[in-house]
Amino acid sequence: MNRQGRPTTPHAAANSAATGTLTGNRGLQMEEALLFEMGQDGRTGVDLPDAPKVKDRLGGLRRAGKIGLPGLSEPQVIRHFVRLSQKNYSIDAGLYPLGSCTMKHNPRLNEKMARLPGLGDVHPLQPVSTVQGALQVIDTLAGWLKTLTGMPAVAMSPAAGAHGELCGLMAIRAALKARGDVRKRILAPESAHGTNPATAALCGYTVDPIPATADGRVDLEALQAKLGPDVAAIMLTNPNTCGLFERDIKKVADMVHAAGAFFYCDGANFNAIVGKVRPGDLGIDCMHINLHKTFSTPHGGGGPGSGPVVLSDSLKDFVPVPYVVHGKDGLTLVESGDTKSFGRMKSFHGQMGMFIRALAYMMSHGADGLKRVAEDSVLSANYVLASLKDIMSPSFEGPCMHEALFDDRFLKDTGVTTLDFAKAMIDEGYHPMTVYFPLVVHGAMLIEPTESESKDSVDTFVNTLRGLAEKAIAGGENVAMFQAAPQLTPRRRLDETRAARSPVLRWKPGSNGAPIDKAAAE
Amino acid sequence: MRYLGLTEADRRDMLETIGVSSIDALFKDVPAGALNPRLDLPPHQGELEVERAFAAMAKKNVSPMDVPFFLGAGAYRHHIPAAVDHLIQRSEFLTSYTPYQPEISQGTLQYLFEFQTQVSMITGMEVANASMYDGATSAAEAVLMAQRITKRSKAVLSGGLHPHYRDTVATLMDQTDQPHVAAPVDLAGNEDLSTLIDDQTACVVVQNPNVFGHLRDLTSLAKACQAKGALLVVAVTEITSLGLITPPGAMGADIVVAEGQSIGVPLSFGGPYVGLFATREKYVRQMPGRLCGETVDQEGRRGFVLTLSAREQHIRREKATSNICTNSGLCALAFTIHMSLLGEAGLTRLAEINHGKAVQLAEKLAEMKGVAVVPQAFYNEFAITLPKPAAGVVEKLVEKKILGGVPASRLFPGDKSLENVLLIAVTETNTEGDMDKLVAALKEVL
Repeated sequence: MNRQGRPTTPHAAANSAATGTLTGNRGLQMEEALLFEMGQDGRTGVDLPDAPKVKDRLGGLRRAGKIGLPGLSEPQVIRHFVRLSQKNYSIDAGLYPLGSCTMKHNPRLNEKMARLPGLGDVHPLQPVSTVQGALQVIDTLAGWLKTLTGMPAVAMSPAAGAHGELCGLMAIRAALKARGDVRKRILAPESAHGTNPATAALCGYTVDPIPATADGRVDLEALQAKLGPDVAAIMLTNPNTCGLFERDIKKVADMVHAAGAFFYCDGANFNAIVGKVRPGDLGIDCMHINLHKTFSTPHGGGGPGSGPVVLSDSLKDFVPVPYVVHGKDGLTLVESGDTKSFGRMKSFHGQMGMFIRALAYMMSHGADGLKRVAEDSVLSANYVLASLKDIMSPSFEGPCMHEALFDDRFLKDTGVTTLDFAKAMIDEGYHPMTVYFPLVVHGAMLIEPTESESKDSVDTFVNTLRGLAEKAIAGGENVAMFQAAPQLTPRRRLDETRAARSPVLRWKPGSNGAPIDKAAAE
Repeated sequence: MRYLGLTEADRRDMLETIGVSSIDALFKDVPAGALNPRLDLPPHQGELEVERAFAAMAKKNVSPMDVPFFLGAGAYRHHIPAAVDHLIQRSEFLTSYTPYQPEISQGTLQYLFEFQTQVSMITGMEVANASMYDGATSAAEAVLMAQRITKRSKAVLSGGLHPHYRDTVATLMDQTDQPHVAAPVDLAGNEDLSTLIDDQTACVVVQNPNVFGHLRDLTSLAKACQAKGALLVVAVTEITSLGLITPPGAMGADIVVAEGQSIGVPLSFGGPYVGLFATREKYVRQMPGRLCGETVDQEGRRGFVLTLSAREQHIRREKATSNICTNSGLCALAFTIHMSLLGEAGLTRLAEINHGKAVQLAEKLAEMKGVAVVPQAFYNEFAITLPKPAAGVVEKLVEKKILGGVPASRLFPGDKSLENVLLIAVTETNTEGDMDKLVAALKEVL
């Protein structure tokens, strides 16, 4: 380590072996040490006044010893995080075809609105008379969500999609309990997101998989056979995780309701039908909406999200606290009380910062623009499907909805796997599509171009995939290229087995500059 | 529409390639009558119009920027350095997904590793995860984790635990009819939870400083837990406190859950925030949430990946340790950047200032007739008792353009014993002038 915070040996030794440069850097691709390897006592990135001179009231609990945090100046901190940022792919830099994740454009107007004084800085426990505007944001967004889904109620507090699933199942459980009906099973297709069974288990349910038909939809006969008096609910994603609209959805709803169970719809793929189809017209009882998918709030490298849940008349009495109601002096909050509410899911009132962004997105699009969102996202996905169906292997016949599913039949006997194919896309400047999900097809590749892309952009993407598919099929020397990919990234393929076998989950004092891999360093 | 990339000509070309005559033909699987409903919503608008609408809503709120402000109770107003918001808005952080492709996500992965390290350090624990939704959901997940580790079901919840945390834990436990014992409300700060721990107890959840501000040494409680084979879960709602006070890890905590909002994350009316979750290394495979780990790439260079994912829902499905997927990535980044700027010296100084100012205000309030400061030992927040209901007092202070604290009745509705209790938080953002205004206004109101 040197004082400028640049890694020297032995990382640099390993780096230079790989890159041929003295520093390990490759032009604009900068190596960057950990914060903890560049700190120095006596340096800070903030200027704070002296603390008031008082006799402390810490009850003898003053911290003994140091925390160990590094001291850095502001320019050091900025350079560190700017360099880190440059190691990331992002929507702003390129098409991000991650199926089921809806990586659409994140408008900067939304960011600006979320930071307005009076919105970004208000405290959740201010007297309601001083936050009427904040409550209006929540109430207005709730109105849009109810109208777009055709549902009578919405719970706003869930923090993300999986939290929304939990909210929906809690409401279902409360409704069943209220009628003295104890049920133990949840039905979910094998193609479901992993969060569905995980959520069901959190609520004490066992999960029973429903098989799919050859054309990728729920098998109604199998569903009928599985339904019974102990089934609490079905959890069904629509459009489903194969990118297909469940065309028998109304029949599914009727069958589920006839068995006294509830219909939970996973709304992760609502982007395909927003403004075009109201789930409430299809017989569902509840559905979460990922504001960070359909309504463009940024994914932020893994959150925060927001997962409001729309509810039918049969579930709406059980909504979690808090919720906004219209009172005689304006809007107010119900934060607890003797209602049928199943309780509280988190601190305070929900992901307000995400509400503001989502509402700004909705107001910008309007009813006409949102319908266009669904149409263009479906159009682009079908265009990808049509453009590649002769060379890659579509899992199901079209039309698809907002994402196109391929499997690895076109790679059969080439020596190239789905993973290799995905990694080769990285060297071409693309984030890979979702791979190996859904689990119901072999070597899945799920492509979601979203409505944000221009036709030129989609064409270039399609041509790149076509070129890669041709190379893979031609085989020969090309196979090694796929297996070695990516080669042009800040890091090549990483050893995940080693990470899991002996986990190193934090930096520790004394590990400065220690050889990470002795063999490689030597 | 400014956010859409296709022209009418593009759409026609694309339909032709697909081989259908209209976009609606692509929606042929939608049941008859359900397609293209009439929606009673306004049409699209330009940036200017949307900005006007939001500005109008923002104006209806009283901004903490404009008035003396003393609210806390789980969310705190702190100054956020300008660099934090600048950096988190970089495209490569803001508009990237969860780092499932590590070769092109090293930026996110490295800051998560740094975040995990910072959280471990300040809590005095061995390992931390890559974030949860918020402090309350972290607490609920901690209880489930303690149940998995101890193979016991009961949770004991301190009477000083923030009611939102208590209720979030209870709601989750109710789903599987797990028993939980909520100790009586502990305004005096002298509860003894050891009598509630038995051989069915999975964990005790206690907040420090607690919701009324009491700062307590938890060492003996940790021992009592250990003696009965239960885990001690410590919740921290004001994370800057750990710049000054003994961390939960040093008092014997097994799991530390915290609200990280105070470092880098704006109040934003209650969310999004960032849940911190730290524990002992031996429990790491029972942890919820994502973990980032160090490894090497095929050329031997240090790199980072998401790891131990056999705990997680996308691999493990119904056997996962949690259903959490999206967490609080960008808020964790804000936390990491702000903490980097502070460093050891800055965090310590910040905490000294918070405590010093709180002591100053507590002394001024204690001199007032009819007012008593409840906790002896506290950090930057304390309960006071008033001669009349606190909710009414707060409303009167609003008329005088002061946001004067959180009435305990807001958090403990219906509890008559807390009707006259007001929770007051003081941070580096409060000036002496603010404090004098609060004291003067209270004198008029009481």
